[in-house]
Amino acid sequence: MSSRAKQAVTDTIQPKRKLSPRKRAQRIRWIQYTLLVAIAVAAALAADWGQIVDVFFRPSLISRAVTSGLFNALVNTLVYTAGGFVLGLVAGTILALMKLSQVGPYRWMATAYIEFFRGLPAIIIFIGFALLPLAITGLRIPFPPYGTAWLALGIVASAYTAETVRAGVQAVPRGQVEAARSLGMSPFTANRKIVLPQAFRIVLPPLTNELILLVKDSSLIYIIGLTIAAAELTTFGRQLANTTANLTPLVVAGFCYLLITVPLSAIVRRMEASTEKAR
Amino acid sequence: MSEPLVTIEKLHKSFGDLHVLRGIDFSVDVGEVVCVIGPSGSGKSTLLRCINLLERPESGTVHVAGVEITDIDCDIDAARRQIGMVFQQFNLFPHLTATENCTVAQETVAKRSKAEARRIAQEMLERVGLADKVDQYPAKLSGGQQQRVAIARALCMQPALMLFDEPTSALDPELVGDVLTVMRQLAEDGMTMLVVTHEMAFAREVADRVVFMDDGVIVEQGRPDEVIGSPQHDRTRSFLRRVLDPTHVQPT
Repeated sequence: MSSRAKQAVTDTIQPKRKLSPRKRAQRIRWIQYTLLVAIAVAAALAADWGQIVDVFFRPSLISRAVTSGLFNALVNTLVYTAGGFVLGLVAGTILALMKLSQVGPYRWMATAYIEFFRGLPAIIIFIGFALLPLAITGLRIPFPPYGTAWLALGIVASAYTAETVRAGVQAVPRGQVEAARSLGMSPFTANRKIVLPQAFRIVLPPLTNELILLVKDSSLIYIIGLTIAAAELTTFGRQLANTTANLTPLVVAGFCYLLITVPLSAIVRRMEASTEKAR
Repeated sequence: MSEPLVTIEKLHKSFGDLHVLRGIDFSVDVGEVVCVIGPSGSGKSTLLRCINLLERPESGTVHVAGVEITDIDCDIDAARRQIGMVFQQFNLFPHLTATENCTVAQETVAKRSKAEARRIAQEMLERVGLADKVDQYPAKLSGGQQQRVAIARALCMQPALMLFDEPTSALDPELVGDVLTVMRQLAEDGMTMLVVTHEMAFAREVADRVVFMDDGVIVEQGRPDEVIGSPQHDRTRSFLRRVLDPTHVQPT
């Protein structure tokens, strides 16, 4: 075949094809990048940077927040969260075992508790705890205000961890229980030594996610009314923002939450990656 | 004649509508090695699992070492210490090392000291040829090694009886021999063993008695050369033909 004849054949098969699909995708991507840059530049030019810095990042207020008890508030947030999480984990594990029990009433009680407290907005539980001492005269929750905060956060956390731990227990193969029981272990020992350690390993990433949620839920404690010494990050930032009529203290408090939550989610990602590898 | 170690009488077990065991009468003497063979679904594994009550039979009785396992008043956890069990899927505890797999029940159930439990674990792991793997986690071990750890784990409780539920069925062919050799040594040391297996060579060479089960009943039993060599029943013959000469089977 002559080269001219070949040319004629390709012409008939591909009548005026403009761009290959890959080339076209490449062009579209370039258009998107250009557009994004244009929007960013337009926004940067339109913004009043002086005012933004003044309202959100005023240096004098940043240093005032840091010197007037930011660290104390951060520690309080950590203490409230940790106490609530430990309480929630213990109660949640008991609830999970109740939900998996052979005994009907245990199952019903656990289900009712979990559905009730998982279905309510956390803020309602906190309002409830704030009003409880008024409703029941003579009621004293120990370690005020920490006891109340731990109890409220623990109740919120337990309903969620219960479901997570239950899923973990159910993910442990049946053969593990059979092997443990056939060695003469009681159901309790088999759970404690064989099933729960494996279940917790399985649910460590979702449990850490729940810890992250609880860090944020700890901000709801402001509802029960806190003294300055007991203030956690949100209460602290809000009070300072109110007195200074500026958002900078709130931005600082918000940044502190990120200091806690971002490393935690990095840990979750790493744990998920390593379990992926172990498979 | 001494009392048999295991006595099973009129055992029935159903899963829903499925009548898996239809009246089993059966006994195992002290020191005897009994292999149970039969097609899948014949109830072999269920029979084995009824002996340590992993399955609860509907009716009938099981006695092991003079204790009625099926009695509601029986302390099943104490009774199970007498009965070692080895599973098809090994069921090692993945979060514990080989040694810890062997010590956990010794410490929690037999209440032995840490040091003594470790010493016994070491001894049993040596016995199954894994002296160099004592600190490995199961995931780092081959299937054959895992199954031998499982055997050592059961032996640590010093059982009077060992149950094997298709112990080599999940293994790669070249690893089967390691496990069967350990089991043969165990038999030679005088352990009473009840083995559900498809390994005809093992049944023929090691077993004192072979039991052929089909459809929830014991069809025939006797010395290995009788049952495997010259079976009396059609069902046994057709099963053995399929197992021993699998390339000339009429597909059904």
